[in-house]
Amino acid sequence: MTVTLEGKRVAILGATSAVAEATARLYAAEGATLLLIGRRTERLAAMATDLRLRGASRVEVAECDLAACPAAQVAPKFASFVTQLCGLDHVLIAYGVLGDPQEVEHDAQAAEDVIQINFTSAALWILEAANRLEQQGFGALIVLGSVAGDRGRRSNYVYGATKAALATLVEGVAHRFGPHGPHGPHAVIIKPGPIDTPMTTGMRKGGPMWATPEAVARIVRRSADHNGVVVYAPARWWLIMLIIRSLPGAIFNRTKL
Amino acid sequence: MRITYFHETDTLRSWGRVVRARHVACRPTWRDEVVGLVQEGGRHTNGVLALGLGRSYGDSGLNPDGAAIVMTALGRLIAFDPNAGLLRAEAGISLGVLLKFLIPKGFFLPVTPGTQYVTLGGAVANDVHGKNHHGAGTFGCWVRALGLVQSDGTERVLRADDKDGLFAATVGGLGLTGLITWVEFEALPIGSSLVDVETIPFETLPEFFSISRESDPAWQYTVSWIDCFANGGIGRGLFSRARHAASGKLEVIQPTKHLVVPAEAPGFVLGNPIMRAFNKIYYASGKRKASNPPPVRRETYLPFFYPLDAVQRWNLLYGKHGMFQYQSVVPPESAASATTEMLHQISAAGEGSFLAVLKTFGPRASPGLLSFPHEGTTLALDFPNRGASTLALLARLDDVVREAGGRLYPAKDGRIPPDMFRKGYPDLDAFAAHVDPQFSSAFWRRMQI
Repeated sequence: MTVTLEGKRVAILGATSAVAEATARLYAAEGATLLLIGRRTERLAAMATDLRLRGASRVEVAECDLAACPAAQVAPKFASFVTQLCGLDHVLIAYGVLGDPQEVEHDAQAAEDVIQINFTSAALWILEAANRLEQQGFGALIVLGSVAGDRGRRSNYVYGATKAALATLVEGVAHRFGPHGPHGPHAVIIKPGPIDTPMTTGMRKGGPMWATPEAVARIVRRSADHNGVVVYAPARWWLIMLIIRSLPGAIFNRTKL
Repeated sequence: MRITYFHETDTLRSWGRVVRARHVACRPTWRDEVVGLVQEGGRHTNGVLALGLGRSYGDSGLNPDGAAIVMTALGRLIAFDPNAGLLRAEAGISLGVLLKFLIPKGFFLPVTPGTQYVTLGGAVANDVHGKNHHGAGTFGCWVRALGLVQSDGTERVLRADDKDGLFAATVGGLGLTGLITWVEFEALPIGSSLVDVETIPFETLPEFFSISRESDPAWQYTVSWIDCFANGGIGRGLFSRARHAASGKLEVIQPTKHLVVPAEAPGFVLGNPIMRAFNKIYYASGKRKASNPPPVRRETYLPFFYPLDAVQRWNLLYGKHGMFQYQSVVPPESAASATTEMLHQISAAGEGSFLAVLKTFGPRASPGLLSFPHEGTTLALDFPNRGASTLALLARLDDVVREAGGRLYPAKDGRIPPDMFRKGYPDLDAFAAHVDPQFSSAFWRRMQI
């Protein structure tokens, strides 16, 4: 565990997503040092100003097309993030796209894009982060997954598949970190249910199934400090997905989930 | 991949819950999305309107069958000058979040309404007032600059000392001059987040006026609650006066989220017998507390400034038919007679108001052309919507206000007759000249201007 006067040093990959911004605000309130990584520098700058006013000790911005970074450049790029932060305590991977379910079924390019953005690119960042955290012997890697990964459902199975793949990858990283014990590095996959964000624009929202980005952010923040590997957000989704996973095919096939 | 776009929704309602309408709405998360959305929204048949947290009681905050841009995700802080107390923030930020930022730094909102769940843009568009109006004026008096986006795609900075009239039209302008993206205002320096509060019961309206006259010069915040049900409307109630403690802790208090009305209440909950009983108990309790010295209590700011925020979704208590809120202001010379007459009318109609608030407004003028407060006395009333009988009572109250030379508050209104609105706001034509033709609201269409 590191103790710094500035609070945690946190790298957020995909900082402009709704959950990422809400989580960043929680870190800011603690006086953390933040590195916001994404493509849209103006938006990152607006976010950075807000976070500084909300109490962050220091906020840096790094422009990077995370989904399109060539494999050979991932390691040096990640090293540059760590340099900018002067160290690394937490890494949050929070970017992804929902994709259009109809489009991805028939347009191979659209499908490839979703898989590349949500999984392939993210996997490279996860592996590099894992290397870094293991080498330094401490830190937390938090990845945003989804309950959609728990069972392939016709309404969004390409998206779900990418999230399932992320979950398995993160579980593997957590297992790899195992020998370092409870004070060593740890990895956690967060599995939120539907969240009211721009990603879900247009859907019929409201009701107990929907969460706010702020509620999910609180769970993300807490998970970074504890040792759980798979965290549902909110917690009730653990039970809901247990049921959905357990439904026999004959019944499941009759649902429109 | 653009993910913020207009989509149909029928969930937008007024706070009074009388009006519920279909909108085509979107909710931008970044300022750079706003210009495009305003232009697109403006092309709808009924134009476009920016919406906040939906606390307007009537139809000033709705644009039925038109486009709506919900601003609540645009809530970032932009800049703060601690020496001048100037804070700039995106217009969708709530007053509650602003307080969370300001209080630890030794500042408070210069003017605040009775709920924190109002956006900064909404506070400007309705030129909200608070318990310190007699000294501080309205929120608009403290706004130094704002960013406005209009349907032709222009983005402008308006300043308080602009002479062309657009700033004056935008303050209190009900969102009709364009979409406010950010606001810069001057915050109030405070020595502590604690307040010293005194409660004085009064038995008659003349007593209220005399306590007001004595209190307003010496206390920053004054407000009264009035029991409409008492004895033919004689005007008994509780006068509260407060000031910020000179020194002490600076602590943000979060409103409790535990007390929440879970569902629309059945009609009898705010029926007369229960309201009557509540008012009686409330008055007696206030009287009892007041007579036990010491009269001045030191409290956190939350109960004095934000009593309603203690119960989330309290508007559901008004049931399926919702409520009308009626707030008037009458000039000082007719205040005593007009207020007496209104209380008599309410009592005679047998329709009580659950939350009746009485306060004196001071002479401090707002820059806003459609600003509601003027010097005199304001009475704010909630009425359960009982249909024709409620509307008839409100019409009788209109007569009293009209004759007294007063006016009503559009942010609260749901049924003001157009001619009464015109008469009450002599700067209406000057205002109308600045209205963006592609911006509209149910209220504005109802006024037929």
